[in-house]
Amino acid sequence: MTDIPAKAVVNSISSGSVLLTLMKARTFIALIAVLLFFSIAAPNFLSAANLILMSKHVALNAFLAMGMTFVIITGGIDLSVGSIVGLCGMVAGYLVLNGVDLQVGYTIYFNVFEIALITLAVGILIGAVNGLLITRLNVAPFIATLGVLYVARGLALLSSDGRTFPNLIGKPELGTTGFGFLGAGRLLGLPVSIWILVVVALGAAYLARYTPLGRHVFAVGGNERAARISGVRVNMVKMFVYMFSGFCAAIVGLIISSELMASHPATGESFELNAIAAAVLGGTSMSGGRGTIGGTIVGAFVIGILSDGLVMMGVSSFWQMVIKGLVIIVAVVVDQAQRRLQSRVTLMQMAKAG
Amino acid sequence: MTGDQDVILKLEDVSKVYSGTVAVKRANFEVRKGAVNVLVGENGAGKSTLMKIIAGVEQPTLGRILLDGEEVSFSSSGDAVTRGIGMVFQELNLFGNLTVAENIFATREITNRFRKIDRKEQERRAAEFLERLEAGIRPDMLVEDLRIGQQQLVEIAKAVSLDARILIMDEPTSALSAAEVEILFKVIADLKAGGVAIVYISHRLEELIRIGDTITVLRDGRITGQAEMKDVDTQWIVRQMIGSDAKDFAKADGHVPGEEIFRAEDICLPRVTGGLAVDHVSLSLRAGEILGIYGLMGAGRSELFDCIMGRHGHSTGAIFIAGKKVHERDTTRRIRRGLALIPEDRQREGLVSILSVASNLTLASLSRFVRLFHIRGAAERQAVTQTVRELAIKVADPTQEVSSLSGGNQQKVVIGKALLTGPKVLLMDEPSRGIDVGAKADVFRTMRKLSRDGLGILFATSDLDEVMALSDRIAVMSNGKLTGIFDRAEATEAALVAASALGHGPVPHGEQGA
Repeated sequence: MTDIPAKAVVNSISSGSVLLTLMKARTFIALIAVLLFFSIAAPNFLSAANLILMSKHVALNAFLAMGMTFVIITGGIDLSVGSIVGLCGMVAGYLVLNGVDLQVGYTIYFNVFEIALITLAVGILIGAVNGLLITRLNVAPFIATLGVLYVARGLALLSSDGRTFPNLIGKPELGTTGFGFLGAGRLLGLPVSIWILVVVALGAAYLARYTPLGRHVFAVGGNERAARISGVRVNMVKMFVYMFSGFCAAIVGLIISSELMASHPATGESFELNAIAAAVLGGTSMSGGRGTIGGTIVGAFVIGILSDGLVMMGVSSFWQMVIKGLVIIVAVVVDQAQRRLQSRVTLMQMAKAG
Repeated sequence: MTGDQDVILKLEDVSKVYSGTVAVKRANFEVRKGAVNVLVGENGAGKSTLMKIIAGVEQPTLGRILLDGEEVSFSSSGDAVTRGIGMVFQELNLFGNLTVAENIFATREITNRFRKIDRKEQERRAAEFLERLEAGIRPDMLVEDLRIGQQQLVEIAKAVSLDARILIMDEPTSALSAAEVEILFKVIADLKAGGVAIVYISHRLEELIRIGDTITVLRDGRITGQAEMKDVDTQWIVRQMIGSDAKDFAKADGHVPGEEIFRAEDICLPRVTGGLAVDHVSLSLRAGEILGIYGLMGAGRSELFDCIMGRHGHSTGAIFIAGKKVHERDTTRRIRRGLALIPEDRQREGLVSILSVASNLTLASLSRFVRLFHIRGAAERQAVTQTVRELAIKVADPTQEVSSLSGGNQQKVVIGKALLTGPKVLLMDEPSRGIDVGAKADVFRTMRKLSRDGLGILFATSDLDEVMALSDRIAVMSNGKLTGIFDRAEATEAALVAASALGHGPVPHGEQGA
């Protein structure tokens, strides 16, 4: 053997590694690209007011996408999140306006904090229903959550007969005021919803990396049988991810109702698709086992900034849909190319090591 | 060998190299027509590879294949089929969601003038083949609704329907009942009379001696013996298979097993299709003892382990650890009680292939490294490093994906994962399957060391050699039943083979009695 082929191998490994690094950072690169593009193409894009407004839009999708990421990592899917957003918004609105009638001449009104807790509990409960259908009754996740999508939406419509609960200002004498804080309030100059996103995202990222539960989520998605034999409580892990997804959806329901100071039963329609798109864009593998919270958040920002930026440029909403679709497809194609390249680089390294 | 005029297929100096391992080394093999050409060898000896070369599934790296005296090369199994070579694969290659007839005629569908599949004709023809096998299988049944043995018969019917001149059967009886085996032998006799050359691979020596005309023995990819069946006996076959050069089994160190650490009482597992996969099995194990469980494929060894680990909710019986009854019925809590399983199928049940070596190692024992709910990274890393060193896992960086390791190192990761749970009783299902010689020696050494440290080890294998060399006692299973328990001193290969064939029909040769 001469030196030349050996060198060529080394060269192609290092060039492969550079390409690989670029591909791994693709979502981040895409984020920088859209930011640069719109800051040039759209006037006022980089103004503080606009950035905060966009972040608020992105936050809604980011919450759902985080819940979706865990679900997808276990190899499942949650189509019901959009409907949970709608139903939870209605629950909150109903409680602010009507309280709970005890049927004995008394009506209990809760304060805003309690209402938020009850709403979150409702979201988690619906997630638990998803989880029970999937783990106990062996319904495929796609079907189970599709069914719950319809049931939850139907219940949301039934709760008000299809009408909107307006003016959720509450009454001071009942202690139900202050509902607008979640959607419109600010802390240290940033919207409350952004702070909540930061807290939940940090919590979720910590959970994924540093807790047994997080590790088990990945193990279940990577190889459910092996996980089961290793003593992982697979059903509990699945229950958790759907309940967490429901929890995230409930947060979104609360924030939207609070922003609008009204609850509309059709809120959240097709949100689940945006959430899936953000997760996939962020590198979550639909076949399970792979994904990160950070990637998903970046993915949500790419999608959110893309659509807001296009709106600001005056691009028609029809074209926006085409562009969003293309971005998702390109992301997955690059993802597959990265996998192939990665395995080739690994094989070459193994061959080199002998 | 004699009878050159009957030779239909000849392999000359054929070698097959996979990345890193040589599966077949310069093999010369002749197949005679109108005869049953038997091929035997231990697991991993290269039988299946050799057959895949003949069937066109694999291409030889070196050497020539002569069919009717002229050199041929098959680029696919379709090539081989058109030249009249059919194969019954060991792992069933059937589509469970299609009917029996559709399976038999897959890729050779009978169509009418409009290129529509002629279902009636297919079923009629399929019924003819099935009738010869007397299996009571209707051609319009779905394959997934059949018993595994019946599926094997469908596979055989499919191969017979090819009208092949050479028919390769790789362990065709592994899932058949005694009656079904008789029928198969009748079919083979018919085919033989029709001039078909049959290549027959099996582990069951008594079967081979009964049905074979010639025998070829493979060991480590090399052909070590060829003879007329009438000239040989079991001892000869075993000698050729094992050879004089003993494998690197770690030596027993003569420590004396302690108190009973594990007992299983009356374990039963019903089969979905009726009958019992594990049939009233009771056994006990002492601390520091290695109990080998020998049996053929489908004997119920893996199923027994599954029952012990609590993987089947509907299994019955009781297990005891250190004299205390284990009431927990789920895997998670049984692991906590001190049981650990190293499953047979590494890829499907042992590893999460997309996670790192480190994550796989600690997957079953994460709770050891947790404070409150936080995984202590330093403690975890230390345990990983220690395990990698102790088991001699060859890995540059434990954060590497486990799928990048060689088979032997992957197996060590599975073993490491089980050991990190701190088990009292280790269940090992075919721990040396599909790994190289060096890794095998490491695994065996580890087993010895663990038994010295006081673990009880139950290990299942279909490798006679292994079970004889490593076990303190040997239990034999057949057809879900425990058919014998032998002390090492009194165990002979013939006795084990005889016990492993019980319940599979008559044992024809007197010499095989214990």
